[in-house]
Amino acid sequence: MARVMAVTGNEAVAEAFRQINPDVCAAYPITPQTELMQRFAAFAANGKVDTEIILVESEHSAMSACIGAATAGGRVATATCGPGLALMWEMLFVASGMRLPIVMAVVNRSLSAPINIHCDHADAMGARDSGWVQLWSENAQEAYDNTIQAFRIAEHVDVRLPALVCMDGFIIGHSITRIEFLEDELVKGFTGEYTPLNPLLDIDNPKSFGPLVLTDQYHEYKYAQHEVMWTKVRDVVLGVAAEFEKVSGRRYGLFESYRLDDAEIALVILNSAAGTAKDVVDSFRERGVKAGLLKPRLFRPFPYAEVAQALGGLKAVAVLDRADSFGGYGPVFTEVCSALYPLAKRPAVINKIYGLGGRDFLPQHAERVLKELEEIAQTGRVSVIKEYIGVRE
Amino acid sequence: MAVSRRRTEGLTDKPFHYCPGCTHGIIHRLVAEALVELGVLGLAVGICPVGCAVFAYDYFNCDMIQAAHGRAPAVATGVKRVLPDRVVFTYQGDGDLAAIGTAEIIHAASRGENITVIFVNNAVFGMTGGQMAPTTLLGQKTTTTPFGRRVADAGFPLRVAEMLAAVEGPAYIARVAVSSPKNILRAKRAVRRAFEIQLQGLGFALVEVLSTCPTNWGLSPPEAMRWLEEKMIPVFPLGEFKVPEEEEQC
Repeated sequence: MARVMAVTGNEAVAEAFRQINPDVCAAYPITPQTELMQRFAAFAANGKVDTEIILVESEHSAMSACIGAATAGGRVATATCGPGLALMWEMLFVASGMRLPIVMAVVNRSLSAPINIHCDHADAMGARDSGWVQLWSENAQEAYDNTIQAFRIAEHVDVRLPALVCMDGFIIGHSITRIEFLEDELVKGFTGEYTPLNPLLDIDNPKSFGPLVLTDQYHEYKYAQHEVMWTKVRDVVLGVAAEFEKVSGRRYGLFESYRLDDAEIALVILNSAAGTAKDVVDSFRERGVKAGLLKPRLFRPFPYAEVAQALGGLKAVAVLDRADSFGGYGPVFTEVCSALYPLAKRPAVINKIYGLGGRDFLPQHAERVLKELEEIAQTGRVSVIKEYIGVRE
Repeated sequence: MAVSRRRTEGLTDKPFHYCPGCTHGIIHRLVAEALVELGVLGLAVGICPVGCAVFAYDYFNCDMIQAAHGRAPAVATGVKRVLPDRVVFTYQGDGDLAAIGTAEIIHAASRGENITVIFVNNAVFGMTGGQMAPTTLLGQKTTTTPFGRRVADAGFPLRVAEMLAAVEGPAYIARVAVSSPKNILRAKRAVRRAFEIQLQGLGFALVEVLSTCPTNWGLSPPEAMRWLEEKMIPVFPLGEFKVPEEEEQC
């Protein structure tokens, strides 16, 4: 029997960590992630987990301690957000380069300056190229479910890569919603015992991690990372999702297709704003407009072929990004365009930047974009490719 | 009616956002008064931390920069190198200076940067809601050490003033408290001295100020003052840990 509770997104992920009972968590407080590791620290203090909690002095040290613990053979989890993830940046590449299956919750927060504690996706998009698997979550339930699945994905023998699970700071992290927790034994059974692949202190097989590799072999190490991300992760994500559906009844894929089957226009949008946008899609459907939505779940590796198949037959698509690549297009937009480009016939695609630093994403924003898509679908003409929405005059 | 006391010009009119009983307000005022009394308010550039004092730029009536968490001493170094005739100070809490910014403060001190550092130690991460800081006392309950800090897994409280006094670079290191009128007057002298050191070009000066956090300590403001005096001062003794060499000789 599932336990139905009303909890915050942070509590939901802390509960997943409790059920999984990792060996080590090294973390540093940062708004709006703090509540997550604080609740987990309480589990440790109350003897609910055996986890070694390390209250380090910075996120750079947090990820470094996680790397040390993972090379030693431990199952390792942590959490951060925004500037904390930015400070970890150097170590993110070390974790993936050493093929350490660390799982990290990212409670998405904007980056300074100006300083801002609210949600956007600049943090995780900044970590896009770091070699971590990225799962994105619309709500607390998805964050909880993704966290449990992330351990299986990261630790899968075909993958052995770190994975991060995103949810929107404050909007999901701090909001209390209904959630169905799985039973402890079920989660423990699902994630299983962790078997480290090449742990330290195996006396008969001594190891070194991270030694100097120059022009002779570095390229090949990176090729190995590319190969696993390009060819293995998607299948593992789908396999884990299928198993997860058996135990939870909840279905996950590479992305969520919402009313896309016969759609002519669609929004592509990550995380919590997808929930708002789905309501607006429904209202357009009621008016007879063939609108749909695609919500990416697996952002790294990006499922290009599958996204192309889902969107290729449409007339017009708007990709809404909660992060910008200044001087370029939004990060999700460039992926969607890359996915669609090989098609002979493809939809017109526009890019909207929304919600930076926690600016509300409102139904009327989605409405305006869908109306613009209707017009593009009719005329075939795009006037502005990239545009900020919700900007105050 | 004659006006006998005014708010110092060193502070703006903006009301503090700090919790009731928090001593940041007192410390802000001591810093502002020192700048005014030394006649350098117009020359002052302050660097704010991340943490409760992140909004210090709203309160100090001088140019301010908001730095990334822990990086204020490095930012201050950059400002001072470009504007050597200005008075540059950082205002940092223990979650900022003694945790994520430990490297910056040690190396700014070691280089003997001619800046003034006001270090507010309340033995806890305040802004994020009362997590254990490196300065948290043994046995002190925080949200991440609900049964009290234990040496076995979280080590000992970090004594910043003593640590920096062991470095050759600094000119002046003192620890004060704002727990009583007497201590506040001593704190004011130390803060003023730390700015004078900079004005004399003598180098790095830091004043550690023991401060209260009634909200996260779970105490009333008067209880918090007593806790500071009875629990914190024995671990973080008050006094001057380093003074300029000529003063030592006389």
